[in-house]
Amino acid sequence: MTQTVFAPWDDPNQKPLIRFQNVTKRFGEFVAIDDLTLDIFEKEFFALLGPSGCGKTTMMRMLAGFETVSEGRIELSGKDIGHVPPNKRAVNMMFQSYALFPHLSVWDNIAFGLRRDRKSKSEIDARVDEMLKLTRLEKFGRRKPHQISGGQRQRVALARSLAKAPKLLLLDEPLGALDKKLRQDTQFELMDIQESTGTTFVIVTHDQEEAMTVASRVAVMDEGRIIQVATPANIYEYPNSVYVADFIGDVNIIDATATPTGENTYALNWIDGQPPITAETKTTFSAGQQAHLAIRPEKIRISTERPDDAANALQGKVLDIAYLGNLSTYHVQLPGGQVIKAQTANTRRIARRDITWEDPVWISWSATAGVLLEH
Amino acid sequence: MRRFALIAVPYVWLLALFLVPFIIVFKISLSDLALSIPPYTPTMRDGIGDMFAAFDFENFVFLTEDDLYWKAYLSSLRIALISTFMTLLVGYPIAYGMAKAPDEWRATLMMLVILPFWTSFLIRVYAWMGILSNEGLLNQFLLWLGLINEPLVILNTNLAVYIGIIYTYLPFMILPIYAALDRLDESLNEAAEDLGCSRMQAFWLVTIPLSKNGIIAGSFLVFIPALGEFVIPSLLGGSGTLMIGKILWEEFFNNRDWPVASAVAVVLLLILVIPIVLFQRNQQKQAEAEQ
Repeated sequence: MTQTVFAPWDDPNQKPLIRFQNVTKRFGEFVAIDDLTLDIFEKEFFALLGPSGCGKTTMMRMLAGFETVSEGRIELSGKDIGHVPPNKRAVNMMFQSYALFPHLSVWDNIAFGLRRDRKSKSEIDARVDEMLKLTRLEKFGRRKPHQISGGQRQRVALARSLAKAPKLLLLDEPLGALDKKLRQDTQFELMDIQESTGTTFVIVTHDQEEAMTVASRVAVMDEGRIIQVATPANIYEYPNSVYVADFIGDVNIIDATATPTGENTYALNWIDGQPPITAETKTTFSAGQQAHLAIRPEKIRISTERPDDAANALQGKVLDIAYLGNLSTYHVQLPGGQVIKAQTANTRRIARRDITWEDPVWISWSATAGVLLEH
Repeated sequence: MRRFALIAVPYVWLLALFLVPFIIVFKISLSDLALSIPPYTPTMRDGIGDMFAAFDFENFVFLTEDDLYWKAYLSSLRIALISTFMTLLVGYPIAYGMAKAPDEWRATLMMLVILPFWTSFLIRVYAWMGILSNEGLLNQFLLWLGLINEPLVILNTNLAVYIGIIYTYLPFMILPIYAALDRLDESLNEAAEDLGCSRMQAFWLVTIPLSKNGIIAGSFLVFIPALGEFVIPSLLGGSGTLMIGKILWEEFFNNRDWPVASAVAVVLLLILVIPIVLFQRNQQKQAEAEQ
């Protein structure tokens, strides 16, 4: 049985649903979006991820039609939508504050958009009931928004924005107001709904875990630019810059000068008086070039004895231990003063007790464990 | 005991400042006109028993016999209703503009709305006489523009009364509507537009319903005092302007007929009780909705 992988971005014959072409957005002197080009494909669950003020919300508001484009063009199904007002776009948005109409019942909130399309009463009834069922809100149709819980309000907002069956659904920090447990459940619910309705979702979030969980592709943004667009796994394992590596998950960055020692293999001089680190990469570095080695804590092993098989092994001293239940993170100080985080899964019920504070330990990793980055 | 004292304070206040004066007025309305000081009979000096025995409702009967009174009540109701509606039409856009203004402007705009209160109400009404009279500023200006050939007669007509009431009570309309609009989340309008509304539809379907409580509060705040208004009709209105507040004044000071004047006041109060109770219920509902 062959399973086709959903990856329209790798297929040159696929036409994107949304295309940003050299889009720039200025607010006075401030450049919110800086010459940005991006394709988003049909049925994608696309996440815009970045710190606050990086331009992700502006991008979403341009898609919804609440902001105009200063330069460049935005296409939806091949048509320029730059000057189409929000009420004429086949795009709906789920607002961060949910923006439910407080004077209308849950049912009327969901029916609001359908009524504007002058649909017949039976059509509206059927569609609203379908939406209530999809979001498991059948019992709450008659309630007003202030009479239901935060999680239910979130689902009403989702149902309302999906009711018109938009080509594109925009979600602005959709889970931001929910507590952690509910947020995790809702993430999976969102993915199910996205899959069952086949709608293209664009989600804006500052929560990298959320983006990684729900999205088919993630765009990491900073200061109005997209730094990297890739699948969650690629963005985690193959970040293209220190910024992305640092933004997504936990990472150790070791600054060093690279010296080629073979094909795709480099010796990294990271501090005087210590043996160089070996790393493999497909990126070409010239001799003496500055490089940054990014290694995830879970790719570093920690042991009391020097391991024989590891390409890189460094001795250090345990500074701190963070016990997270399922994981333990060790903060190990190297001779130069740099602190490296090493993570181990607590697969045994009693946490490993042979390593404790102030212990001299060895940390080790393979030549391919880290990513060697230029900037 | 302390709780009792806390509850007692407003009740004592109400008793002393509303109920006692009302009982006195009501008592006078049951008396007869007399050439004495005070100008009515009976009084406490006749003895409590004799006083109660002499009370009757003939002043109230008199109000129904002379058509001046019910015509004045009806005319007051009409003028109060029309001017409340006009004040809403003028006040809503102002409140809307204030709520949409940039933050740094809001305090200034609010100040401008309240500013007229710094001058005496009477002086401001006199100023309108200066503006609206035949030789007044407005007519002079229109003549100068060449829009009219002879002065418009506005002063001493009902139109002048409407202008006066709208001008005087505008802040009472603006402030509650502004308070309601100010709390309105801008994303609600965006959501309405996103779901297919034009700007205008979003205004009717979202902004107006959500500022309903402000509209109701403002309308009552204008309607209730406008109904009993007497300064504006007597200064700006003409002989044709019939308002119950003016009748009351004339009965009291020109005819010195305290019993009839009191009867007029009692009936006016009864008419006002209805909108006041409605207003209170609206306020209560609003408070409950916000919990």
